[in-house]
Amino acid sequence: MIQYIIKRFFMMVLTVLLIATLTFFLMHAIPGSPFDDDRTSNPTIQENLEKYYKLDQPLPVQYANYLKAIVTFDFGPSIKKPNDSVNSLLARGFPISFELGIITILVAVLSGVTLGTLAALRHNGIIDYLAMTFAVIGISIPNFILATLLIQIFAGELKWLPAATWQSPLHMILPTLALATGPMAIIARLTRSSMLEVLTQDYIKMARAKGLKPSRIIIRHALRNAMMPVVTIMGTMLAGILTGTFVIERIFAIPGMGKYFVESINNRDYPVIMGSTVFYSAFLVFMLFLVDIVYGILDPRIKLHKKEGESS
Amino acid sequence: MLREQVLHNKSTGKPTFEGKERMEEKILQVEDLQVTFTTFGGVVQAVRGVTFDLHKGETLAIVGESGCGKSVTSNAIMGLIPQPPGKITNGKVVFKGKDLTSFKKSDLRKIQGLDVSMIFQDPMTALNPTMTIGEQLTEGLRTHHKISRVEAKTKAIEMLLLVGISNPSERLNQYPHQFSGGMRQRIVIAIALICEPTLLIADEPTTALDVTIQAQILELFEEIQKKTGVSIILITHDLGVVAKIADRIAVMYAGKIIEIGTKREIFYEPTHPYTKGLLNSVPRLDLVEEELEPIEGTPPDLFAPPAGCAFTARCPYAMEVCNLVYPVATSLSEKHKVDCWLQDERAKGLFN
Ligand SMILES: Nc1ncnc2c1ncn2[C@@H]1O[C@H](COP(=O)(O)OP(=O)(O)OP(=O)(O)O)[C@@H](O)[C@H]1O
Ligand code: SF4
Ligand SMILES: [Mg+2]
Repeated sequence: MIQYIIKRFFMMVLTVLLIATLTFFLMHAIPGSPFDDDRTSNPTIQENLEKYYKLDQPLPVQYANYLKAIVTFDFGPSIKKPNDSVNSLLARGFPISFELGIITILVAVLSGVTLGTLAALRHNGIIDYLAMTFAVIGISIPNFILATLLIQIFAGELKWLPAATWQSPLHMILPTLALATGPMAIIARLTRSSMLEVLTQDYIKMARAKGLKPSRIIIRHALRNAMMPVVTIMGTMLAGILTGTFVIERIFAIPGMGKYFVESINNRDYPVIMGSTVFYSAFLVFMLFLVDIVYGILDPRIKLHKKEGESS
Repeated sequence: MLREQVLHNKSTGKPTFEGKERMEEKILQVEDLQVTFTTFGGVVQAVRGVTFDLHKGETLAIVGESGCGKSVTSNAIMGLIPQPPGKITNGKVVFKGKDLTSFKKSDLRKIQGLDVSMIFQDPMTALNPTMTIGEQLTEGLRTHHKISRVEAKTKAIEMLLLVGISNPSERLNQYPHQFSGGMRQRIVIAIALICEPTLLIADEPTTALDVTIQAQILELFEEIQKKTGVSIILITHDLGVVAKIADRIAVMYAGKIIEIGTKREIFYEPTHPYTKGLLNSVPRLDLVEEELEPIEGTPPDLFAPPAGCAFTARCPYAMEVCNLVYPVATSLSEKHKVDCWLQDERAKGLFN
């Protein structure tokens, strides 16, 4: 187990470095510089600025500096917001994004699994059809369209809920709904189909033959086995929710990390792009690691220490 | 009955054709049981009127081709027919004087696992891969009896020892994948027996196991029956298994029992042409030179079973009446019954 974690840790570091390197070169492949806009059109000022931010140095040197920044996790000040360091931006924005992400995941998993299980238990019944119709709609509407729809209906027409910002639980409802519906629909469909399969297994029949209560059979015997495929897709789903927060934060004017990230790309704010990319990739890689641990706990047949040579 | 008791005196525990003692008490009576399944293709008449009874401590083997309704019959007794698509359309399952087919689900649960237990064919799939052996062993016990975790564990250890698993207290915390196929089947048997049921239904308990393990499991059945006096319904394709542990044999064909009798009667005086065919289609150690004769043809479509004898199309002795009218049951001895027109007085005249 410990051996596995150490191995996994090195893989994780390697993955993050790879992502960071890719981002670095992609970023520099885009033409232009952070000082392209009007105020700094004076070439001398621009040169001085580039010197100040060490952007005049050859690319390999910049790359080395950048690697150093990653290791020390100090990306210096933002170019566009000179009063803010990248770290302070992260410290301000990330907790809010994290809140949105976690609530979304909880809502998506809990309601998706419940819905899928109910649909499977009422196979071909009304609940099943309703749930699956809902799931198909949920999967096919992109979250930004759903977000605008929700704002228009619940904030615009009905005036039940605030249209934007992130101040109280009431403010959280619409953004979370917009972001969670897609993943929830996917989880519901997956849970339903895997639950239907699990319910035909011999061990379920055996559990019935023991005279166990249906509730125990579903919760103790079926659900854990039915959850395996759901856990498997959690990795990709997390990545999807993560990028989703950027979009949703922008629509709902939520002051999370997404706002800074998108702005930084538009402005070529190199330190911010770099810092948030490295931070987010490290975060995601760590979440994927957690997913694998959960998988190992759910399925005793999976021996974590035997999963050598596996990448991710 | 008399003859069996006489034979019993010679019993040495070897596979012989003797009956067992104390078989008077009837614990199960299945009367004209009919089960259908509604599918997209129509209604399958899986079991079309099955009647038999079972005594205390007795082993009844149900044999027959794949799809003849053996599993459906046993599931119906257990109350495990999925409804829908399944439905018990007629008949009774009288267990200890009460008709289980009229029971509510919640009342059935009080019998399932406690009075009637079941063993499934494939030990690789019958155990939940994500639960420890200990929990799977004790959960039935703890559902039916209000006992503590510790008491349940003690009982579980006792059961594992009974079925021949060493180191039981450590084994309880392990998962199914940590056991071999034969050991898993022993565990399944332990689970089925932990509440000391009166009736054990074993649906092909040895089919998925290799031959040496099969023999061990069969010995285990005999041993347990001796110790606990449990009645067993054993479903199998394997006449070798039947020869080893059955007291009586019911031969099923297309959803009906077409012949039933003691093991000796079925093996030495098979009367129904299908039973004869079945016996001729398996290798027998005592008849080395004899050629095997598989039964030609296939069983009838259970969506639209024939009105008469379902074996007509494959029967070398089929008469005109066979296809039209179902044969009346003929009692050849106290326990030996057969459904075939050849046993009718009028037909006997015809063939002699
Ligand atoms: N859930 C079900 N839905 C539809 N038809 C079914 C269902 N279960 C069983 N049947 C049908 O009932 C008939 C009898 O099946 P059963 O499983 O009892 O056969 P069996 O004698 O146990 O065969 P095998 O030796 O292969 O196990 C078959 O024709 C089968 O197709
Ligand atoms: S009733 Fe007729 S068809 Fe059926 S087994 Fe007897 S002889 Fe053959
Ligand atoms: Mg079967």
